[in-house]
Amino acid sequence: MCVLLGIYYLAPWLRWDRGAHVPDQAILVDLTGQRGYFFGIEIWPQEVYLLVGVLILAAIGLFFATALLGRVWCGYACPQTVWTDLFVWVERFVQGDRNARRKLDESAWTSEKIWKKAVTHLSWLLIGALTGGAWVFYFNDAPALFTDIIHFNVSWTVLGWVIALTLSTYFMAGFARENVCTYMCPYARFQSAMFDKDTLIISYQPERGEPRGKHKAGATWEGRGHCIDCKACVVVCPMGIDIREGLQMECISCGLCIDACDDIMTKVNLPTGLIRYDTENNQLARRSTSHRLNIGLAAKPPESKRNDSASNQSLRWARPRTLVYAAILLSVGMTMVGAIITRPLTELNVIHTRAPQFVRLSDGEVRNTYSLKILNKSHDDRAYNLSVDGVRVNELTVLAAGDTPVQRLLVPANSVGTFRVRLVSDGNAAGRTEIRFILTDPVTRESAHHESYFVR
Amino acid sequence: MINDHEKRKEIDETSGVETTGHEWDGLKELNNPAPRWWLIVWLVTIVWAVGYWIVYPAWPTLTGHTKGIMGWTQYDKLKREEAQITQRQSVWLTKFRASDFDQIKADPGLYEFARAGGEVVFKENCAACHGSGGEGRKGYPNLNDDDWLFGGTVEDIYHTIKVGSRSSHPDTHQTLMPAFGRGGMLTAEQVDDVATYLVNMRAGTGNDAFTRGQAVFEQNCVSCHGAGGAGNRQMGAPRLNDSIWLYGGDKASIVQTITNGRAGVMPTWEGRLSDDSRRQVAIYVHSLGEGE
Repeated sequence: MCVLLGIYYLAPWLRWDRGAHVPDQAILVDLTGQRGYFFGIEIWPQEVYLLVGVLILAAIGLFFATALLGRVWCGYACPQTVWTDLFVWVERFVQGDRNARRKLDESAWTSEKIWKKAVTHLSWLLIGALTGGAWVFYFNDAPALFTDIIHFNVSWTVLGWVIALTLSTYFMAGFARENVCTYMCPYARFQSAMFDKDTLIISYQPERGEPRGKHKAGATWEGRGHCIDCKACVVVCPMGIDIREGLQMECISCGLCIDACDDIMTKVNLPTGLIRYDTENNQLARRSTSHRLNIGLAAKPPESKRNDSASNQSLRWARPRTLVYAAILLSVGMTMVGAIITRPLTELNVIHTRAPQFVRLSDGEVRNTYSLKILNKSHDDRAYNLSVDGVRVNELTVLAAGDTPVQRLLVPANSVGTFRVRLVSDGNAAGRTEIRFILTDPVTRESAHHESYFVR
Repeated sequence: MINDHEKRKEIDETSGVETTGHEWDGLKELNNPAPRWWLIVWLVTIVWAVGYWIVYPAWPTLTGHTKGIMGWTQYDKLKREEAQITQRQSVWLTKFRASDFDQIKADPGLYEFARAGGEVVFKENCAACHGSGGEGRKGYPNLNDDDWLFGGTVEDIYHTIKVGSRSSHPDTHQTLMPAFGRGGMLTAEQVDDVATYLVNMRAGTGNDAFTRGQAVFEQNCVSCHGAGGAGNRQMGAPRLNDSIWLYGGDKASIVQTITNGRAGVMPTWEGRLSDDSRRQVAIYVHSLGEGE
């Protein structure tokens, strides 16, 4: 929880030197400048398809983790859980444990109740504000915006986002909590499709625990299960389920019931692990073993039972399902890395002017006009040369801003240059000729090209 | 009263819902009222509508309509927004008015402002004849090429836009191509010979008709079209030794032109477009082709 929160709150403050023309924030979504920065990676709006790759990676990664380890995402990494845990921690710190809180809720509005409640809700709102505050830092230069916020000098957009996220955090983590998982989260609904018998899930061991019942200190464990029906597991469950009834949709695999049960088992001097992370196959195997051993079981001390089950505890990591997920994960990841490494720093786009398609000149030659957009993604100013392949070039005029004819196509660092190009060729053969515009940077030897056509 | 109501109360057997007591041919209407929240929303909208009548113009009267206490109208809104736009433009416009064509050309930002404005004006006013890209058509010059009847500098184009061609403007370009054939100045054979000469002019040599045509051309046409058909912009007489033909370059079209004459009209845009707009269009048109 602390690690994840730490990452969220501190990441916008990381710096990454990119040179003079671009911001030095390590993670920044620059909406006005239309750029995305992630450490060494820089994304232009034209490259948003990379985002698709990231989303695919995230989805497959989630499926992969779910197939292997069950609902670890929900229990440990989901922001809803992380912030709910944080809010619950605040609540417990101020108002005491669950019983104390219930008492407080039922009591009259004394001054104690009022200040405890007030402190809780104010800290929640404060956490919410910090959350919303951190969010806007991802879209702006963090130190500059921080100074602006301190001086109450921010735009309505920023303020709106901070307020919206403050309130949503406050309500989601303070009030909605696990209802989000049960009623709002689509992933909770279909994740059971990713489960199989080898998925690590939270499971109660009925063959060891049943028949359950209250247990007096010193009484024998013969002829009964190890579950003393203390309901500790039910009480701690944030989702309010009874894990002893088996895996349920609501279970977010947070493991609080495991900790609670282990505490109790230690207190009554029994081995821990009555509730634990286990796979369904392991349980089945153990159940058949205990049936086989059932005849001699009654006399066995509990320790042997524990060893017995521990020896059965194994995980089949490599299964067709996990292998397929891993393969997809790997191939998408490789493609992404490839796309990022080979990302060209210069891109050329050419649009053939269509009204009119071509112009016949006095001397019988034909002229076509094109609009060129040159994306210079590098951090240096570039001066390109333009040439045309595929047609006899009688005249090639490049017009920069203000229709000024230029020899070299100058595009400043980290920006898009727009040019109009007039291409004149012979007018004798009518029809359409495929041509190619080639852009080269004489300094870096980098080049880009774009297909187009010439009409006459 | 209550008893009467109780008496009428009848529960439908299938659905267990009370009926309203309305019955048509044995079909009874069930009493399923709209949800309470829905009813409340409906009532609120009615109250809202009353507030709306008071604040905004709403009801027609015999002489017009109710004005509303805020006096709000769409016309005012339009005026306000137009004023805002003019305000935003004014920075550029002031600069534009203070600059001549050379100065505008030297300032890329101002030039792009003028060109963009000119493009809008062109598409609204000129595209009907000259085409949306200025590509022209038979009888309407292509503005993208390098052939200009009355000159291709920005100033020339601006002047032509201002005075038009054979228009009502006193300074307009008035010259026209006489109907040599129909007017009896040339015989049909002579017209045919001249056409033959013109079609083959660029090749430079020809048969007897070519030679005869050349002689007729030099007697009748060079005064306007110049020696060798070089054209004359003072007269608005087109170049004839190039491959651009306003009314078609095949022999039949040329025969028709010489027989019946040509006098295409372009209206004067003075009085129709503001001077700012005319200057902007001139810049735009000049940018289309290889303006001079």
